Amino acid sequence: MIGFSSAGFGYAGARPLLTGLDLALPAGSFHFLTGPSGAGKTTFLKLCYGELVATEGGVTLFGTDVRQMDRDGIAAARRRIGVVHQDCQFLDHLTLTENVTLPLTVAGRPVPERDLADLMAWVGLTDHADARPPELSGGERQRAALARAVITAPDLILADEPTGNVDWEMAVRLLELLVDLNRMGKAVLIATHDLNLIRASKSQVSARLLRIRDRQVQAAGAEL
Amino acid sequence: MSAPSGPLGVLAARLPGRADTPAARVVPPTGFTAQLTVFTAAAMSFLAVFAIAMALAAGQLADRWQAALSQSATIRVSAPADQIEAQTAAVLRVLETTPGVGAARRLDDNEMRGLLAPWFGTDLPVEALPLPRLIEVTETGAGFDAEGLRLRLAAEAPGAVLDDHARWRRPLVAAAERLRAVSLVALVLIALVLAAMVTLAAQAALAANGQVIRVLRLVGAEDRFISAAFVRRFTARALAGSLAGTLAGLGAVALMPRAAADVGLLAGLGLSGSAWLWPLVVPAAAAALAYAATRVAAARTLRRTP
Repeated sequence: MIGFSSAGFGYAGARPLLTGLDLALPAGSFHFLTGPSGAGKTTFLKLCYGELVATEGGVTLFGTDVRQMDRDGIAAARRRIGVVHQDCQFLDHLTLTENVTLPLTVAGRPVPERDLADLMAWVGLTDHADARPPELSGGERQRAALARAVITAPDLILADEPTGNVDWEMAVRLLELLVDLNRMGKAVLIATHDLNLIRASKSQVSARLLRIRDRQVQAAGAEL
Repeated sequence: MSAPSGPLGVLAARLPGRADTPAARVVPPTGFTAQLTVFTAAAMSFLAVFAIAMALAAGQLADRWQAALSQSATIRVSAPADQIEAQTAAVLRVLETTPGVGAARRLDDNEMRGLLAPWFGTDLPVEALPLPRLIEVTETGAGFDAEGLRLRLAAEAPGAVLDDHARWRRPLVAAAERLRAVSLVALVLIALVLAAMVTLAAQAALAANGQVIRVLRLVGAEDRFISAAFVRRFTARALAGSLAGTLAGLGAVALMPRAAADVGLLAGLGLSGSAWLWPLVVPAAAAALAYAATRVAAARTLRRTP
């Protein structure tokens, strides 16, 4: 689904942040991406959903080079990718339900009420449907962000430090939800510096571990 | 059936039952820019109605002066007392055989007294004064050849001078036409100011909603969806403000005092007949301007958003 070919990224006039990336995120895979803060995890994720364009090599989204895609093409690719940010990125003037269904709204698709009810129950937010995002706790917001990321049944879930603002119990709950999605056939990539979360996943899923070191993404399984 | 696009689609989206759709709510309410847009559209539309009224009135005035003055001429006969009657009769004979002259009539003493009354009072002994004779000439539709008539008068009545009113008609007509041109320039300026203000307000709203736009792009919104959300809102505001301003402008024009027809410039400054329909173009034009201005502003902002 996502392919990196000798790809790299750097801001104009600065040393490349990432370089020589050669890897693929196939359908149904489960990856953790780890590395110290500032190593480029978020930049890597942005390359995965086309917010940034590689400054060297190439990145393909669903078989198409990002540089060959126009803005509508990028938007169409993003509708096949669910993204969960650490800060959730909600529209605070909308209700939780409206935020969760936002990907359907922008795609002009109807909201299947039954599926929505199931989804809200799955993330444990049935009682908060009409709440505004600022009224929710950190864990509730993260679960709502996950619900928004999956409502269009995307092929790939990208999660950027999804457990960064929640306690351990909620982190494990979120991990279980992501593992559930992977079992449904979705590819999952979680960027995190929380090694305990990665270790906790070992009993639930067979995950590939990637680490950003020296501006490159390396397979890191044996070292964890 | 697909929804109509453009300003009509925008209007349709604001109809009851359509305005509060989720797609319409993705942009949060923005109080100040909303009020600014509504107020600007109302004020500009109010002024536009007056500019239209002025342009129409100036055009009518120019046409009226042109028509009224071009259908008449005056011949003044100045000659020694023993020749003036003969020359006057000669002029009337010439006019009888001049193509394009419908009627010719010598002004009698009472009419001469009436013309001079504003300056000399009503007791003027006209018959005792060596006044020139005046002959009023009424043209037919095609009019006469003024230069040819002058040459014939010079031969038959040397003391006769033809005044076809062109000398003082031209500046009046030119003034009315310039007034109409200025009114049209004012209309264009009003449209440009409205477009500029809506653009500024839309850009302010777009800048204030940068995070909203980023989130919408993140979840897969195409530029046209995001642009439509802002365009819909600003077009509706401009339309609402313009409707209010246009109605107020029409009311103000209707309340203007009606001058009598004989007071010249002031006659016909209001709207009449089918001219009342022209200001109804203003709200549609304001909505179209807002639609275009917001689309341009949105496209410029979205190009900078990944």
